[in-house]
Amino acid sequence: MEDNNKNSRRKFLDKGLKLGLVTAIGGIGLSKIATKLNASNDNHSGEKMELMTTDGTLIQVDSSEVMEMNHPKNDDEKYNVREGMPNRKFVMVIDLAKCKNALKCVSACNKHHYITGENAWLKVHKMQESKDTASYWMPRTCMHCDQPACVTVCPVDATFKRRDGLVLIDNERCIGCRFCMAACPYSTRVFNWGEPGQEVTLNMDMTNHTPSPEYTGMPSIKGTVDKCDFCPHTIDKGELPHCVTACPNGVFYFGDKYEDTVSNGEVTLRLSKLLEDKAGYRLLEELGTAPSVYYLPPVDRLVDFKDGLKDYKKFESVEKSE
Amino acid sequence: MNNYNIILNDLVPKKFGKRGTIWTIFLIVIIVVGLIAYIDQVNKGQVVTNMRDYALWGIYISNFVFFVATSFVGSVTVAILRLTNNTWRTPLVRIAEIISLAAIVMAGLTIMIDMARPDRLLNLFIYARLQSPITWDVIIVPTSIALSFLLLYFPLLPDLAILKKHFKKTKPKYSKWYGKLSLNWTGSKKQKSIQEKSIKIIALMIIPVGILLQTIDAWLFSTTYRIGWDSTNMGAYFISGAFVAGVGALVTVVYIIRRVRKLENYITDYHFDKIGKLLVLACLIYFYFNINEYLIPIFTAPVQEDIHLNALISGEYAPIFWFSQIVGLILPIIILLFKKGRKPFPMFIVGLMVVVGSWWKRYVIVTPTLLHPFLPIEGVPESWHHYFPSMHEWLITAATLAMASLIITIMVRYLPVVPIQRTADELDLLKTDKITES
Repeated sequence: MEDNNKNSRRKFLDKGLKLGLVTAIGGIGLSKIATKLNASNDNHSGEKMELMTTDGTLIQVDSSEVMEMNHPKNDDEKYNVREGMPNRKFVMVIDLAKCKNALKCVSACNKHHYITGENAWLKVHKMQESKDTASYWMPRTCMHCDQPACVTVCPVDATFKRRDGLVLIDNERCIGCRFCMAACPYSTRVFNWGEPGQEVTLNMDMTNHTPSPEYTGMPSIKGTVDKCDFCPHTIDKGELPHCVTACPNGVFYFGDKYEDTVSNGEVTLRLSKLLEDKAGYRLLEELGTAPSVYYLPPVDRLVDFKDGLKDYKKFESVEKSE
Repeated sequence: MNNYNIILNDLVPKKFGKRGTIWTIFLIVIIVVGLIAYIDQVNKGQVVTNMRDYALWGIYISNFVFFVATSFVGSVTVAILRLTNNTWRTPLVRIAEIISLAAIVMAGLTIMIDMARPDRLLNLFIYARLQSPITWDVIIVPTSIALSFLLLYFPLLPDLAILKKHFKKTKPKYSKWYGKLSLNWTGSKKQKSIQEKSIKIIALMIIPVGILLQTIDAWLFSTTYRIGWDSTNMGAYFISGAFVAGVGALVTVVYIIRRVRKLENYITDYHFDKIGKLLVLACLIYFYFNINEYLIPIFTAPVQEDIHLNALISGEYAPIFWFSQIVGLILPIIILLFKKGRKPFPMFIVGLMVVVGSWWKRYVIVTPTLLHPFLPIEGVPESWHHYFPSMHEWLITAATLAMASLIITIMVRYLPVVPIQRTADELDLLKTDKITES
């Protein structure tokens, strides 16, 4: 008997509570709808305002709908390393007519990226298309392709393409499968097969440096891939990449495609005009990788190809410091 | 009933003899040595291998491809022969299933050996990107492992119950384990129908999964801009190659088990003749794809591809290339086309030739392409222009092969390699057939 009583009381309480909850929610909902209806009747001023959206289109809205909002002030703090620098598109132009294999670009790159391996990220190739055509020197950086084969095949999104055109590597995520290296048709990528040993070889103190995709090689990590990063760390300071500033012959031009200008540190030129006038081309265009690096053909050369031969080393690209 | 006892006695798992014990110890030693080499590789980095920035993949990858290919034997012999009602498969299927499972498990392990950062393995799941062929592999390899396991396990159930009964008095401990593994199999009609249905579903599933596995393996290569890999032929080429490698491995293992376990009455010349025909079919199909892959491109090869093909046909890789083509493919075809070639012993030799040839064939697929990039190889030490595996790579690879052999050996030790129940049923069937005939 008692049990039964308790049960029925419980049931009553339970049902009562549920019913109460439903009524409460319903009530709130109804009053909300009512106030909304009222508001739309009362506050409709009929006045229109013209505004411009962030992407530049003009729109008209009822003035009653307009509300003031705080300026988003943490824009700079929210900089996303995977998104890149807003509204920029970095490109490089390499003028093969000027290159005489001085190799200053290579040593500057090696130095500033603390390369300790045996394969430099920036190399100068000795090229000759066929027996009867002229030889020339061809510096090769990372092409920072707009359709990067390496990014497509990466299983963990460790290498990524940014809006500003750069293809970078997150060395703290890379699993070392080397698929990106197999995919790259330009053989650009370099692997840390063993301990990079930058502290030992270069007497570097890396203790306070955390690896960043924007400063590759600072420090390098064992079992991960490195490559030319287009030096975002110098761009950030308003400077040109190390290879550009190091070149004594003004071979490298660096710039922004949106601004349509490139500079080699001495002269600044209109990118579109330069490519048109000098018949610029891209390496292995037929593959469809859409590189960000343009080449100007090796014509009307002021320098003799043979002058470069004295510095040419087939089996070395990173000088070993003693 | 007397007959049944003979079958049971012949097919029940038996303790190793002296040779078996030595073989097992030998395998374990190789595995331990390989393990030490691997630990060293993890500590020092892959600098201990002879892989470098140009030859960025080596025998770890080609060995992986070999394992994946060998695992195809399960799909072919079990599923296809089952669906086409080829009854001669009965004494061979379990061995095929065992090879298949051992190979696919080892494929999963080998691919991890190639990872320079095995500590970041979980990134493959945390940051998985579906557009990468490696992610496809991450999905298909475990799927294949699961399916291969089930394809081995479900048909085993009645046999496990038989073993439980058989060992009840002699080895109660074994009996208990077999009993647990047999999932209370009684052989009732209901159980049988569930089992049959499940096997049928798995057999149906393992064909597309097996084909996908091989194809994804091929796509690992054909999704790159590399000369020799960037080929539409790759998928079908890999499937047919896997057909060859798998059946070759099956022939070899079947011969050894037959001799060691004295199963001459169960695996007869007839079976060898049949599987020999299957192997020659596989070889002929693969030969066709090889012509497509190497001979026909000669006519229109652009300069770079011409260099690559020349390195294979008459250059640096010619010895390995021709070894894998002649010993691994052409000679087996010639031998197997004759009836005398399909006798057990010649078949064993052919099987060995095919397996070794298949292993080197994967080497020829992986390595030369990497050393023929579009831009010249410059600015790197002379040794980076070539690739031959280092001692670490050989030891680790030998350990993976030994581990696959050990898995097979252990399963042969504890499982009935020829299905007991099915063999008995089929013999009964034959008898009743004869009675009705007469």
